[in-house]
Amino acid sequence: MTAVAPGVRAHTLDIAAVLKESALAALVALLLAFPLVGLRTVDVLSRLTIEPHFAEVAVAVVLVFLGRLGMALTREGRPLPVLVASLVVAASAWFLPLPTMPLKLIAVAGGAIIALRAALALRSHHSTLSLAERERRMDRVGARFQDASRLIGPIAVIFAVALPFLPFADRAVVDIGILLLTYIMLGWGLNIVVGLAGLLDLGYVAFYAVGAYSYALLAQYFGFSFWLCLPLAGLLASLSGLLLGFPVLRLRGDYFAIVTLGFGEMIRIILINWYDFTGGPNGISGIPRPSFFGIADFVRNPEPGVLSFHELFGVEYSSIQRIIFLYYLILVLALFVNFFTLRIRKLPIGRAWEALREDDVACTALGINRTNIKLAAFSIAAMFGGFAGSFFATRQGFISPESFSFIESAIILAIVVLGGMGSQAGVVVATLLVIGLPEMFRELSQYRMLAFGIGMVLIMLWRPRGLLAHRDPTILLHKRKSAMQQQQESEDRA
Amino acid sequence: MEYFLQQLINGLTLGAIYGLIAIGYTMVYGIIGMINFAHGEIYMIGAFIAVITFVILGMFGITWVPIAVLIVLAMSMIFTSAYGWAIERIAYRPLRHSPRLAPLISAIGMSIFLQNYVQLLQGARNRPIPPVIQGGFSVMERADGFNVSLSYLQIIIMVLTVVLMFGFTRLINHTELGRAQRACEQDKTMAGLLGVDVDRTISLTFVVGAALAGVAGVMVTMYYGVIDFYIGFLAGIKAFTAAVLGGIGSLPGAMMGGILIGLIESFWSAYFTIEYKDVATFSILVLVLIFRPSGLLGRPEIEKV
Repeated sequence: MTAVAPGVRAHTLDIAAVLKESALAALVALLLAFPLVGLRTVDVLSRLTIEPHFAEVAVAVVLVFLGRLGMALTREGRPLPVLVASLVVAASAWFLPLPTMPLKLIAVAGGAIIALRAALALRSHHSTLSLAERERRMDRVGARFQDASRLIGPIAVIFAVALPFLPFADRAVVDIGILLLTYIMLGWGLNIVVGLAGLLDLGYVAFYAVGAYSYALLAQYFGFSFWLCLPLAGLLASLSGLLLGFPVLRLRGDYFAIVTLGFGEMIRIILINWYDFTGGPNGISGIPRPSFFGIADFVRNPEPGVLSFHELFGVEYSSIQRIIFLYYLILVLALFVNFFTLRIRKLPIGRAWEALREDDVACTALGINRTNIKLAAFSIAAMFGGFAGSFFATRQGFISPESFSFIESAIILAIVVLGGMGSQAGVVVATLLVIGLPEMFRELSQYRMLAFGIGMVLIMLWRPRGLLAHRDPTILLHKRKSAMQQQQESEDRA
Repeated sequence: MEYFLQQLINGLTLGAIYGLIAIGYTMVYGIIGMINFAHGEIYMIGAFIAVITFVILGMFGITWVPIAVLIVLAMSMIFTSAYGWAIERIAYRPLRHSPRLAPLISAIGMSIFLQNYVQLLQGARNRPIPPVIQGGFSVMERADGFNVSLSYLQIIIMVLTVVLMFGFTRLINHTELGRAQRACEQDKTMAGLLGVDVDRTISLTFVVGAALAGVAGVMVTMYYGVIDFYIGFLAGIKAFTAAVLGGIGSLPGAMMGGILIGLIESFWSAYFTIEYKDVATFSILVLVLIFRPSGLLGRPEIEKV
């Protein structure tokens, strides 16, 4: 083999073993793809028939074989031919008429990734970073981010405040801003339970639903205004958190997770089936929009005796005024949650949460009442979920049980965990990734959830502790150093 | 009385299906301590493969029931095994020594992926097949004509479950794989030191669990005659509930939990409200966890600092 790059270990290549490994991967790919990709069930004249797609299966199997071969050869110290071959494959896949779009995408992206790995191997003599090495690098990024967040945080807030008045901000941008902020708020709320108290809550959407339905129902039956309902919704959600939390918080770990999941589903089933009260699957429509703090309404022609926003401020009426008001409303709510979390971490109860997360048996031994402390975290997070829910109801003007399915809980949890548990900045970054990115590719909407699922798996494989996980101790015995310095020191020691 | 008997039969059939899925959960939890959230989707894939195979067999004119059912079972088990193996290899094995939440998130991601993958490829509408096995016994008849029937299909489902359970128990108790599995369940490091291939054992655990879920998928396809890409989620949660109810990590417990969940669901639908049958299941789960957290047959967990 003359193509061995200088410096790469040139041990003898066991071509048979490499081929066997690749063939095995291809066989598994064949088994996976053959029934579901190759044999599609279609309705023809209301009878089910099979439509064969064997070309797609064949292409997929060949791609898996080549991919595995490329990876194995790179690992065995033959990166240069792999680099060339993978670039050729990626380029030819771009031009060749492959049967479907996703296959093309897989071929191009897969070729590019393998080329990248081979290039990396040429430079650093090993094709992948070990997990420990990756963790160390990402920890450094996390620490640097933490240091920078003192600067980035205020800048981000200023940007968020200025956003509606920036030149490119049309209605669509502000709408996406509202959506992102809603998820950021939910993420920050759930972060109290998952990140600080270390309880895995798979049913957070239940409290979101309680908040949304409390506002919608109170407005529908009693005509309460949004400003009265916002605290009420928080209170009701918090109460439901207490009710659920009281019996189940004694449970540990995964049991707790599955019970919260069950609770989330129960709320949804009740909302669907209690037809007379909640409107069942049809939901509730015509939920009143919020007024300007009860002073003025956002309408062009207000009813007599009611002020309208544009009259109050003497500006031209525009429908975007209400959208911008909603944007600031959710911004303030979200920042409030963030501020609350940052402050409470420094109070005894916040410290107790983090201590419980680390070791709850030791905490009990020190006289901390485990159930009460966890219950506090649970109901506070539920309250924030309730706030976000009533905001959601007033923004949409329409809610139905569809909006509160398990997938929402999974998305919020994914935001918290991907961002790095307990990291406030991580939640923002993860929301931009999880919600913002798919928003940009709206036209590919049918592949959205598919990509979302793969993305969750890949990020976990790449960085199991979350993107910006960096545990900064909230209390230090010696003088405070910057997170960066600490990182440096711990590396020096290692 | 007659009505009760009929619900008992229906409940046992349903419970057999849940029990088969629950075994996959309980085995995986026992051996690596994680909730394999994508297990429900394996069951769904098993059901889809059953539909596909039935349609193909129909096209080739193979309609003699025993042969058709056997082929469908074999196909479903083979392909779901491949899925079980691949899921473990791709999404769980690299995360074996990670924080506890990481594999769970990865599993949720896998579950979302598989649901949408099947939806994109096989369509979002539900997939009906004509009834495969018809007819049955009339066990008892009431004076007003209410007929307690035990269909052949229900008999097949129950018998097949019993056979599988018997074979499976033999597998765990009397084979090398079973021994390796029990060893890994107790102490993976030690088992590895004593020459057990831990990775291979865990992979095979997933394969076996997936094959059983595939059988459950075939059964549900034949029993209800219609499936869609979303059936895995709820069935998965219920089967997990069954595993917890029976005591997670315990195989007879999983089967028993499955049957109990099936009975509760069937009786609740019959005597109370069908809409709230899932609420009843989850309430049972909460009650069990509060009053007997280790399940009916599980060993109490010892807290270690």
